[in-house]
Amino acid sequence: MALENDKLIIAGREFSSRLMVGTGKYASFQQMAQALEVSGAEIITVAVRRVNISDRTKESLLDYIDPKRYTLLPNTAGCYTADDAVRTCRLAREAGLSDFVKLEVLGDEKTLFPDNEELLKAAKILVKDGFTVLPYTSDDVIMCRKLEDIGCAAVMPLGAPIGSGLGIRNPYNIRIIMETVKVPVIVDAGVGSASDAAIAMELGCDGVLMNTAIAGAQDPIAMAEAMKLAIIAGRLSYKAGRIPRKLYANASSPIEGLLA
Amino acid sequence: MLVMLNGEQTNIKENCTVVQLLEQLHIGRERVAVEVNRDIVPKAAYDSHTLADGDKIEIVHFVGGG
Repeated sequence: MALENDKLIIAGREFSSRLMVGTGKYASFQQMAQALEVSGAEIITVAVRRVNISDRTKESLLDYIDPKRYTLLPNTAGCYTADDAVRTCRLAREAGLSDFVKLEVLGDEKTLFPDNEELLKAAKILVKDGFTVLPYTSDDVIMCRKLEDIGCAAVMPLGAPIGSGLGIRNPYNIRIIMETVKVPVIVDAGVGSASDAAIAMELGCDGVLMNTAIAGAQDPIAMAEAMKLAIIAGRLSYKAGRIPRKLYANASSPIEGLLA
Repeated sequence: MLVMLNGEQTNIKENCTVVQLLEQLHIGRERVAVEVNRDIVPKAAYDSHTLADGDKIEIVHFVGGG
């Protein structure tokens, strides 16, 4: 296939799949494991939370995830300050023994939009501390450039609010971000359906990260497959080079030899 | 002695080490991170780190998330 040697490289690590998926909101761990498998994703996000001390009977997420197969990307979801996010990343590194982190510092509970000021602050500390930082950010070109400048391994602009399923609301910003930074651009959040994922990839993004679009679908396993195919289709379409948009028709059949 | 364990006042054995506490709670050491008074206890120090009365202990692990 045309994408055989088309690898996603983040901080020197090679990945064949450009789809990254979350592990939250599934009906069961079994369903999650099956969705992960079908999606073909190699990077999966997890959250860091307190162990339930009083009830130790509950199964653990990692019983269903083979750490040799997947690269775990711990997130800092729920953190509203740089301090909290940095603390969470350090705990995640200790628990997972990997430097990869999805850094998110939220500014508002209703929109879950990033607090870019705190995000930049946290990113600086974490980069200095040896982390491979993948920051969830607004679809803001200047912000993405700043995150790249301070040493983030990728930038992850949102397509739309987390869990909203509104798709890529500002494709032009995403496109400019892509043309501005050299690190991988991964659309994180907002995807609702396979066509949204394909649009992100057709814009030239290096990957897409999603959770709710798969986990919240009526049939998460089928949606995981749809997303896998959409990412491949979108990437191929981008590489193939689309035709220019034209206002008027351009016949596909020859004019010559028409019956008189 | 009384410690604050994951936000709850909890009674644990005197001079308990981190590894003893994890064993007592049936928590495998491989998949967690432990913080005592805001400092991470590296896994290599679980055997030697003795907990003290009033310590604020956090034991975290990975859960599903996006």
